[in-house]
Amino acid sequence: MNASLTKVTNSSIVRKRFQSRDKYKLFLMASPFLILVLLFSYLPLFGWIYAFYDFRPGIPLSQSKFMGFYWFTSMVSNPIQRQELYRVLTNTFAFSGLGMLTSVLPVIFAILLTEIRNSAFKRIVQTITTLPNFISWVLVYSFAFMLFSVDNGFVNNLLFKLNWIEQPTNILASSEHVWLRMTLWEVWKGLGWGAILYIAAITGIDPELYEAARVDGAGRFRLIWHVTVPGIMSTYFVLLVLSIASFINAGFDQFFVFSNAMNMNHIEVLDLYVYNVGMANGNYGFATAVSILKSLVSLILFFAANSLSKLVRGEGVV
Amino acid sequence: MGKRTKFTLFDILNYTIMILFTLACFFPFYYLFINTISNNDLSSNGLILFYPKGIQFSNYANVFQIPGIAFATFISVSRTVLGAVLTVFASAFLGFLFTKDMMWGRRFWYRFVVISMYFSAGLIPWFLIMYNLHLTNNFLAYILPAIVSPFNVILVKTFIESTPAALQESAMIDGAGHLRIFWQIVMPLITPILATIAIFSAVAQWNTFFDNLFLVSNPKLFTLQFILYRYMNEATSLAQLMKQSSGMQHMNLAEMPTATSIRTTVSMVVVAPILLVYPFFQRYFVKGIMLGAVKG
Repeated sequence: MNASLTKVTNSSIVRKRFQSRDKYKLFLMASPFLILVLLFSYLPLFGWIYAFYDFRPGIPLSQSKFMGFYWFTSMVSNPIQRQELYRVLTNTFAFSGLGMLTSVLPVIFAILLTEIRNSAFKRIVQTITTLPNFISWVLVYSFAFMLFSVDNGFVNNLLFKLNWIEQPTNILASSEHVWLRMTLWEVWKGLGWGAILYIAAITGIDPELYEAARVDGAGRFRLIWHVTVPGIMSTYFVLLVLSIASFINAGFDQFFVFSNAMNMNHIEVLDLYVYNVGMANGNYGFATAVSILKSLVSLILFFAANSLSKLVRGEGVV
Repeated sequence: MGKRTKFTLFDILNYTIMILFTLACFFPFYYLFINTISNNDLSSNGLILFYPKGIQFSNYANVFQIPGIAFATFISVSRTVLGAVLTVFASAFLGFLFTKDMMWGRRFWYRFVVISMYFSAGLIPWFLIMYNLHLTNNFLAYILPAIVSPFNVILVKTFIESTPAALQESAMIDGAGHLRIFWQIVMPLITPILATIAIFSAVAQWNTFFDNLFLVSNPKLFTLQFILYRYMNEATSLAQLMKQSSGMQHMNLAEMPTATSIRTTVSMVVVAPILLVYPFFQRYFVKGIMLGAVKG
């Protein structure tokens, strides 16, 4: 091999030389990470096999009783399980539906915030309202406990001091308005964060549009309605479509930490139910069967949302 | 966006809404803090409302006396640091490798990684596989599954593709190998995006709770988040235990640990790193969601 010859070759020849030599080397360098993806994203799919057995921890699968589709059919045939699933799905859809309804709040918040002219004030508001997004649900529960607990919570004590109430109420252990309260916490946590995208979208609107509308005599509200709102609708639409994809996926952490014996009936979403049935009661077969159906439904919803987006906007969300 | 400076009714309403919501976001943090530094006897009776009373800082010293807290802090810090470092490295390296056309089966493997973002096997199948992989009661269970995040890989790959190819080519002509190009040419170029990935994965690691709940029952491996969750329900018995334990009988009521003081102080320990880091990294936080908007 002549060193001086290599130097004068152009880059495409160099690239070709690399190509043949490094084809597998590059793959080998990537392989440890590909194996991780295989183990933690694809291998769990093989866990679906547990839905066809009566698996008990400690007993290997080969010695477990084969159940066929029993766990799947029992969801429908067993009246108690049918009722339970109906309740759990109602909760899940209620939370997802309320989440969709409140998804318009970040839009309103973003519009209101950009209407504020004092930029220092704007920055402070944005910084503080985004913060709750970065704390865990356990901590949110701790806040809820501090503020609303029955014996020494802030709200009960304040109202008591102001003589507005005579008896403290135990809001956290109440089974009333669970859907609403959980949604409010979600709004509290996610509103400022959710608004960032819309604020950016508003900043991206061509200032000439505002100028032109103003020349035509549009006032503040007409500017908002005819320039700002149309300018961020496409962003809103994408996020709304994405939320369809996760309609059956209400989440786990929030409902787990806030759940207790009093509110379980209304707070138990699909994932929490799966946890309670599988992890707490040890019925792995049935819990896996529910898990599988949930995964399939969310995959279908995902494709539906994507086609809907293609139909309306001409491009998918992924 | 206008020359008009008239302060209308709309402005008044707008400012009011903003101030109220900002206060609603800020107050829990403030209320938590003033409770941890107030007289414990007052705070446990709910007598602290808007400002601290009988300021004392003993809670912060006492909380680390609770068996398990110091170690859980160590576990949480370890998983945060290790998890973030490995995720950053994996995202950078894998993103870099996926920009190389000559990699064997590049298109297939890239899809293999990306598609994994759009489905999940479900909680219980996932748990059973982790169990079979011996990743229960194992510190690695916190780290390994989070290393490759498809979303971050896409971000890095798109970012590298937007940098001038000539930089890598000239290094190649000078005889640099792939690893050298990665370390000396690509890494310095992509630090802005790596900073964003680092901060997001660190926050996620610090806040994650469900992997501890599902996979770890050995108290030696508990994370702070999980400990806090347990204390939310057990703080009363814990306070009893601490009163009986050595050295605390002679304390006055103001400093004596109570269920409330334990709950609030542990919460403060859990939230403190976020609060400390947040002001400095806020621009990365904001950048993070903007990046998410640009699909790969």
